[in-house]
Amino acid sequence: MTVSDELYQQVILDHNRNPRNFRKLDDPTHEAQGLNPLCGDEYTIFLKVDDENVIREVAYEGHGCAISKASASLMSEELMGKSEAEARELFKEFHGMILGNEPDKSCNLGKLAVFSGVWKYPARVKCAALCWHALRSALDGDDVVSTEGKM
Amino acid sequence: MSAYPIDRIRSEFPALHQTVGDHPLTYLDSAATALKPQIVIDTINQHYREESANIHRGLHYLSEKATKAYEAARDTVQTFINAEDRAEIIFTSGTTASINLVAGAYGAAFIKAGDEIIISNMEHHSNIVPWQMLHDRVGCELRVVPITDSGEIDLDAFEALLNPRTRLVSMVHVSNSLGTVNPIERVIRLAHDAGARVLVDAAQAITSRPLDVRSLDCDFLAFSGHKLFGPTGVGVLYGRRELLEAMPPFLGGGDMILSVTMEKTTYNHLPYKFEAGTAHIAGVIGLGAAVEYVNEIGIDQISQYEETLREVATAALTDLPGVQLYGTAPEKAAILSFLVDDVHPHDIGSVLDSVGVAIRAGHHCTQPVMQRFGIAATARASFSMYNTRDDVDRLIDGVLRVKELLT
Repeated sequence: MTVSDELYQQVILDHNRNPRNFRKLDDPTHEAQGLNPLCGDEYTIFLKVDDENVIREVAYEGHGCAISKASASLMSEELMGKSEAEARELFKEFHGMILGNEPDKSCNLGKLAVFSGVWKYPARVKCAALCWHALRSALDGDDVVSTEGKM
Repeated sequence: MSAYPIDRIRSEFPALHQTVGDHPLTYLDSAATALKPQIVIDTINQHYREESANIHRGLHYLSEKATKAYEAARDTVQTFINAEDRAEIIFTSGTTASINLVAGAYGAAFIKAGDEIIISNMEHHSNIVPWQMLHDRVGCELRVVPITDSGEIDLDAFEALLNPRTRLVSMVHVSNSLGTVNPIERVIRLAHDAGARVLVDAAQAITSRPLDVRSLDCDFLAFSGHKLFGPTGVGVLYGRRELLEAMPPFLGGGDMILSVTMEKTTYNHLPYKFEAGTAHIAGVIGLGAAVEYVNEIGIDQISQYEETLREVATAALTDLPGVQLYGTAPEKAAILSFLVDDVHPHDIGSVLDSVGVAIRAGHHCTQPVMQRFGIAATARASFSMYNTRDDVDRLIDGVLRVKELLT
């Protein structure tokens, strides 16, 4: 498998071309911005969480590379209907996978497993992680998170 | 003029002879750092094998050998840039350190609150931040020459900025992100007419064109060894002798003194006054070997060869629909910054890497240039003495692959 086959799998290319849930939510319960100052990528994540702590809507807007955009798109699909606790657990598993810490976990991650090879390209790990960090900030009630430390 | 010895040159750069996956390496990132010829690698090896010793102080055989080689490198650099006096060549750790030395020693002594320093909008961060730090220290003002849509400095605006309070103009000769070759002779003349000193950032220029500090008439000139086919961690500051004499030392320590008592220190003569501590001896000797290698090929020949590559690569990239070049000045070095449709430069870099083509993607430590053009980053292909038209073809094939995958 060549580098571009591994990094730019069909699923990723498809979500880059046609990002799902790529819009602003008018009345989100949670919202946070994720920035990567090194490459200029930025996304704002919007969540609508109901009284039972279940995520009912996920959307995002912003710009970035194919990896960060596809990651946000796939994340938005996976989060729909999950509880806040489940979302946090998913963050941990996804993060472990893209850092290459937990290679076996990819089987639990469904479609997100397309990012299982990202750890081999350290320069791109932050791209895949960006929207997930924004998600966690949104759940924590923070406004903004940067890949280069606290803003 | 004899034919350009491209086969010989390529055979002398061992890093070129490797593959990336199934692809031969196409190295188009020499503006970040140049590959090293075998003679540089051998010279550094030989130094550590046969003459590893400290310099200027040992009384033994090895130390004398190392000192001789170190000082011979100074002579080689002096001749290369045609400095009048070998004492005007200060070895530093690189362009950044050279500029910081001028800001720290010249700036602190001769630039006061209310004085003005002029830089341009296309400077590398290393020619911006030291002056902002000096501003914080002494209260001088920083003035910025704007750049045009084609990526040239606005000379009229520059002239208008010059005034009796201007102490120093610090400007890049060849832009690392746009490739623009600035009319540095004119900048120097205008600055001198206004009574200002001039520092030339020659980090990129030094590899692609002959530089003569006496005909340029610059006051300071800074460059790095590693972009000139030498090792990392070594660089040069050229300074006009009377300025260096008048400046206080920058770093205090060993080798920069004549005598030290607990009450008073007498500083060493030039150039040692500015070379505190044990120098990067192997690096300096390696840089000497790199300059000799460039002399052997001929910097004029290299310059002409790269100009041909630039023309071919520019035409080929411009022909591709969706490719936008940043930096379209008539006078350019072989540095091509570009974007492909709305593809992020990091994706361009990753896809090119997958076919063995190494380029740089990012802001190239010139964020104000990116802000000027309203973009976050570019992909940058830079060509050097060892690149060929085949490399241009591989770049174009790679960009076509980028378009196929991501647009």
